[in-house]
Amino acid sequence: METYLSGYREVAHTADWELEVWAPTLAELLCQAAHGMYALSGVQLADQPRLQRQIDLEASDPEGLLVTFLSELLYIGETEGLAFDQIKIEINNLTLHAELNGAPIIKLDKEIKAVTYHNLSIRAENNLLRANIVFDV
Amino acid sequence: MIAIQDLKRISDYEWEIPQTFRQDMRVPVRIFATRRLLEKVMDDKSLEQAVNAATLPGLVGRVVVMPDMHQGYGFPIGGVAATRYPEGVISPGAIGYDINCGVRLLATSIEYEAAKPLLGDLAVALDHYCPSGVGEKGALRMSEKELDQVCREGARWTLKQGYATEMDLLRTEEGGCLEGADPSKVSPHAKERGRPQLGTLGAGNHFIEVDVVEQIFDAEAARVMGLEEGALALQIHCGPRGFGHQICTDYVREFQGAVKRYGIHLPDRELVCAPLNSPEGQNYLAAMRSAANYAFANRQMLAHNARIAFEQVFAGKVKDWRLRQVYDIAHNMGKIETHVIDGQEIKVCVHRKGATRAFGPGSPELPDEYRRIGQPVLVPGSMGTASWVLVGTESSMQRAFGSSCHGAGRVMSRQQAKKQVRGEALRQELEADGIRVRAGSMAGLAEEAPQAYKDVDAVVETVAGAEIARKVARLRPVAVVKG
Repeated sequence: METYLSGYREVAHTADWELEVWAPTLAELLCQAAHGMYALSGVQLADQPRLQRQIDLEASDPEGLLVTFLSELLYIGETEGLAFDQIKIEINNLTLHAELNGAPIIKLDKEIKAVTYHNLSIRAENNLLRANIVFDV
Repeated sequence: MIAIQDLKRISDYEWEIPQTFRQDMRVPVRIFATRRLLEKVMDDKSLEQAVNAATLPGLVGRVVVMPDMHQGYGFPIGGVAATRYPEGVISPGAIGYDINCGVRLLATSIEYEAAKPLLGDLAVALDHYCPSGVGEKGALRMSEKELDQVCREGARWTLKQGYATEMDLLRTEEGGCLEGADPSKVSPHAKERGRPQLGTLGAGNHFIEVDVVEQIFDAEAARVMGLEEGALALQIHCGPRGFGHQICTDYVREFQGAVKRYGIHLPDRELVCAPLNSPEGQNYLAAMRSAANYAFANRQMLAHNARIAFEQVFAGKVKDWRLRQVYDIAHNMGKIETHVIDGQEIKVCVHRKGATRAFGPGSPELPDEYRRIGQPVLVPGSMGTASWVLVGTESSMQRAFGSSCHGAGRVMSRQQAKKQVRGEALRQELEADGIRVRAGSMAGLAEEAPQAYKDVDAVVETVAGAEIARKVARLRPVAVVKG
């Protein structure tokens, strides 16, 4: 049983990376997934400059929202060299608005190629939402 | 959960999961493996994923799994599946995010013994001229128009720009260009990622490796390929970089809706697909071919830069320092091919994910010189272990849609590898074995440690024993550059 209401942990996978994420709400689950993804790839941020971005997107189901949001973070990471350590998310009827606060990436250990839908299912367990996300690396 | 008892043994090298194993299977699964290799994968989900792959609509014959199989996401690594064209489906997840990830092999006449004192300099020069690492950008900054040309023309574009020779293209799968690519089916996100990355290696399991041709098994085939015992050779393993990753991401997302529209039910959402003759299927095919052409051009640019590195290190020190193309082959690709299935010639879309095309002698798709011996099949080992050059066989055409293995295949999770292996200690061990190493990340190096992979020799003995490929030469690494 996890000590914290929300969090993430790495799960062993033969070829790729798998992350288990849990949180009380879908918005918090997506925040934890983002933090977990950055931790897996060993992101280190510069102290300055602090930079802000916004993301607006929609999907047909919560899993789609999760994959699309994380994929957008990978895209920003690769094209702008930015990652975010403060993430605020609002979700209304499968429409997401994210306020991202972060900085340029100064070190990245591992490249994540993509966020997959492999066996992805956001499930409710003991008043928490839980998901296992497999990343192609 | 699948047990070995569920499998029917066909021979020492071949097993079958019958179609009756699960109600939703449309074809059986045929596995090329020894019992020992099979036992190694019973703990992961490779076979379960192969059974899931066998549910794709429009499959013909069988789903084939190679001995280097391991668990992937949706479709197993080492899997081959053919769907009837045009009414069968195409599945982006069954090709993978690294569209046309592949291997190029170049031969030299540089004697290893003469090169030995210069190998350290060579590793440094290759690292300098072939940009590698996470998110690394290349020296070339393409306009959107130039990127569109690369999408349509692949390695042919590099020939026009002076980065390739006619021989390079002749000795590349499909001549380095898949027809039917359409960059208008590629998203702006993918284009933005693709523009600065041509000519870069990337990270993960991608590498440039200098080898010595240690042993030749088929003198005639080796002669045709230009491989000389005791001489250096160069392997380049990489793909379409972020351009391909984004294209697959975009279409896996889009196909989540397509499966609902076409009433397709699948056991895993990563296997989403669309009929080849649907607008969705046609759009993905055109975008996937754009990524494949980008990857052919990418490996060609890296080969061009490797030639500069070789010239810088060896010019004036050895008689002939040229790098001559042996072959360039994809191991993640969807191709429209014609195969004989149950005595009938059928046009199919062959999905190969972590599997190499291995056409046998006489195949019209091969250049004249290789039509006699069969298509070269390049099987890189794990870092620090041997790599192999094989050729495709007639038997592979009949039993595996003209396919063979693509590497050693992982056996240990990345998490476990990082726990058991320290990158710096591994680098020192490899150096002690005479292998020069240049690596961007020690954590990344640890994840790719040789002990995380199966024994590549056992994998090759299996495909040779099953007669879906024939041994030509064994290569031993002497310098490795990794992102």
